[in-house]
Amino acid sequence: MLRLAGVFLAAVLIFFGIRAFLVPKSFGEYGHYRGDAIAEIAALPLVHAGHQSCETCHTEILETKSKGKHEGVACEACHGPQAKHADDPGSILPIKPDAGVLCAQCHEASAAKPKWFPQVAAAEHSGGVVCSTCHNPHHPLDFGG
Amino acid sequence: MNVTRRHFLLLTGAAAVAWDHLRAGAPEASPNYNMAGHWWAMLIDIPRCIGCGNCVRACAQENDVPEGYFRTWVEHYHVDDFHIESPTVESPDGGKHGFPAVADKGGKDFFVPKMCNHCADSPCTQVCPVGATFITPDGVVLVDEKYCLGCRYCVQACPYGCRFIHPTRHTAQKCTLCYHRINKGLTTACCEACPTGARQLADLKNPRDPIHEFLKTHSVQILKPHMATGAKLFYNGLDGSVR
Amino acid sequence: MGQIPIQGFMYPNEVELQWSVLIVLYPFLTGLVAGAFILASLERVFKVEAVKPTYRLALLTALAFLLVAPLPLQLHLGHPERSIEMYLTPHRSSAMAMFGFVYLWYLMVVLVVEIWLDYRRDIVRMAQETAGWKRWIYRALTLGSTSISERSLRIDERAGRIITVIGIPSAFLLHGYVGFIFGSVKANPWWSSPLMPVVFLFSAMVSGIAAVMLLYMATARMRSKRIDMRCLDTVARYLLYAFLIDFSLEMLDLIQRIYEADESFRSLNFMVHTRLWTSQVLIQILLGTVTPIAILFLVQVAKFGEVWRKRIYAAAGALTLIGIFAMRWNVVIGGQLFSKSFLGYTTYKMGFATREGSLTAIFLLLLPFAILWALAKLLPPWLDAQLIEKGSVPGLPTAQTP
Repeated sequence: MLRLAGVFLAAVLIFFGIRAFLVPKSFGEYGHYRGDAIAEIAALPLVHAGHQSCETCHTEILETKSKGKHEGVACEACHGPQAKHADDPGSILPIKPDAGVLCAQCHEASAAKPKWFPQVAAAEHSGGVVCSTCHNPHHPLDFGG
Repeated sequence: MNVTRRHFLLLTGAAAVAWDHLRAGAPEASPNYNMAGHWWAMLIDIPRCIGCGNCVRACAQENDVPEGYFRTWVEHYHVDDFHIESPTVESPDGGKHGFPAVADKGGKDFFVPKMCNHCADSPCTQVCPVGATFITPDGVVLVDEKYCLGCRYCVQACPYGCRFIHPTRHTAQKCTLCYHRINKGLTTACCEACPTGARQLADLKNPRDPIHEFLKTHSVQILKPHMATGAKLFYNGLDGSVR
Repeated sequence: MGQIPIQGFMYPNEVELQWSVLIVLYPFLTGLVAGAFILASLERVFKVEAVKPTYRLALLTALAFLLVAPLPLQLHLGHPERSIEMYLTPHRSSAMAMFGFVYLWYLMVVLVVEIWLDYRRDIVRMAQETAGWKRWIYRALTLGSTSISERSLRIDERAGRIITVIGIPSAFLLHGYVGFIFGSVKANPWWSSPLMPVVFLFSAMVSGIAAVMLLYMATARMRSKRIDMRCLDTVARYLLYAFLIDFSLEMLDLIQRIYEADESFRSLNFMVHTRLWTSQVLIQILLGTVTPIAILFLVQVAKFGEVWRKRIYAAAGALTLIGIFAMRWNVVIGGQLFSKSFLGYTTYKMGFATREGSLTAIFLLLLPFAILWALAKLLPPWLDAQLIEKGSVPGLPTAQTP
C-alpha cells in the first residue's frame, strides 16, 4: 500500500513541476485567463479609419455634409473601410461607390422600414435614372445651382 | 487644401491619437488607456434601425469574419396584430445585404440588430473549462484564440446565439466590441457604419457619455432578462415579441 | 451554411450543430463504466454473492470503456493538443474542467487501484510462473509488492473494500457530472433541469448492467463454459430494478414538461413529434425501454426455462443498449436541433468517414471490446481461471465453480 501511495505522490509532484513550466506567465494577471491576450487583441489592425481621420483632410466635404441630411452618416458607411487609404492617402485610392446599388440599400421603400425614414420606390421615383444624377450624396436635398 | 492647416489639425488631440494608431499592428494600446476607467456597453435604438445591413458588412470587414458566420446580424420581425408570441422572423445571410423590400400586409415590422451582449455575468465565461474566454476589467467579453481548445461549450452556453467556431482556426469567435478600436478612442465598426445612429457605443463609467442621459430617460430592455446574464446590450423600443 | 436545411427561423450561428455524434458517444461510454462498476460493487460491498462470477469482468469492462472514453472528446476538440490546459489551468466554475479531475480520480484512484488490489495475488503468481516478455509485464504490475502472505492478502481485501465504498459515490459522481454538464446549461431548455444528472446516472446503471450481462453470456459461450444461472437471474433482476427507476424519472420529466408548458414547450413538443419521433418515441421509449422492462418483468412473474430466460435476457440486454444510446442521442443532438428563439429547427448532417462521422463512432464503439479482450488475456477475469486453489488460503472466500 505504501508503494502505491508513493507512486501517486511522485505523479502529483511531477505534475506540479510540469505545470509550473507550461502555464503561460501572464495567466492570472487580471483573472482566470492569459493577461497577454488583452494586449494581443487590442493590437489587432484597424480596417476602418473612423470619420475623425477622414475629416482631417476632407474638410470641404465635411462642411457640405454637415449642412444636409447625411450629416450623421459617417464617411465609411458609404465609402467602405479606408484605414489603408488614411495611412497612405497618396497611393491607395478608394473606389467610388456605385450609386445605383448603394443608395437603394438604405432608401429603397419597404413596409418593414420605419415610417419616419425617407424611402422611395426607385422605379416610380426616378424610372431607372441613377440617384446621383439629381442627388448630391454629401448633401442629398441640395438641388441648387 | 494647404499643408500647414493639415499639420495643425494633426496636432489636435483625438485626431493625433487616431492618426498614430492607424498604423496596423501597433503593439501597445493607446498609452492613455486605463482599463479600470471604463465599463463598456452598447445601445441599440430599434426605431432608428432601417435594416440596411451596413453594420453586418462593416463588422465582417473590420474583423475578418468568415462567410456564413456572424459576429453581428440583423433580424427582421413581422408581428401580426396582437400575435405577440408568434412573430415571423427572417435574417437572410444575417442581413448582410439588407432585406428584400416587403409590401404592407398589416401588423408591424421592425429590425433588430443582434450581437454579443457582453454580459457582466456571462454564462459563456462560466463554462469555459480553461479560461480562454473572459471579461476584461473594462467589461468586454473576449476570446483568447491562442488558448481556446475549441470544445464548443461556450457556444452551447450562450443564450443569444452570438458565438461560433471559426471554420479554419477551430477556435471560438464572437464580437469583441472592436476592442482594438475602442481602446484608441474610436468607436466600433458597426457603430461607425450605421447611418441612422441606431447603434451607439456607451461607456457606463464615463459620466459625460450622452448615452447615460438616454438610458435614464427612455424605456430600455435587454434580451432574455430571465436568464440573469447581466447583459449590457440595451435596446430602446424593443417589442415584446423579440426572442 | 446554405447546405443545411432549416425550418422556420434560427439565429444565424445556430444552424450548424456544435456537438456531434462523438459527444453522444462520450456519455454512452462513461455511462457503461459507471453502470459496470455499480454492478461490481453489488458483490463487494452489498455482499450479493450471486453476482460474483461477473465481478472481475465488470471491473475490466469498466476499465476498457474508461480508457476509450476520452478519445471521442479528443477527436472533437478544435485543438486537442491544448487539452492539457484543462489540467493546467482548470476554470473552477466550469463543470467540464472539474470533470477532468473526476475522471482522473476515478480512473487512477478507484478503478486502477481496485483492479490492482483484487488481482494482486494473481499478478504475483503470474510473475513467478510465466516466462518471456509476459513475465516483465507482470513484474512491473506488482509495483514491487510481492508478498502474498495471509496478512498481506487480508490488507488487500480490506483496502479493496474501502476503495469500492469510495468508488460507489465516485461512480455516481463520474456519470452524474456528465449529466450536470448538460443540466446546468440554462440557455438550453431541453438540457437545463436538475433531473438531468439523476436521469443520466440511472440510465448509466441500466446500460452498464446490461453490457456486463451480455458480455458474461457472450464470453461464457465463447469459452464453452456453463453460465451460472443464479448469477444471470440476479443480474437481470437488478437490471429491471434500475430500469424501473430510470423509466419513472424520464416519465416524470416528460409529464412535468407537458403540464407546465412553458415558453419552450411548443417548440420542443413539435421537435419530438417530427424530427425526434423515430429516435425518441420509437427507439428510445418503445423499443429500448418499455419492451425490455416488459420482458424482464415477465420473467419475474411467469416461469420460463433456462433456454428461454437466456434468450429474453439477451434480447433485453441488446434492446437496452440500443435504447440508452438513443437516449444520449436524443439529449445531445435533440438539444441542438431547435433554435433558442423557439422559432425554428435545423438538421444534423452526420458525415461518414470524417473526423466526427459515423465510421469514427463505430470504431470507437468497437475499440473497448478489443481492449477488453487484451485485458482479459492479461488479467483473466474468469473464476475458473484463478490461480489460487480453492481453500489454499484459509479465511478467504473460495471461488464458486460455475
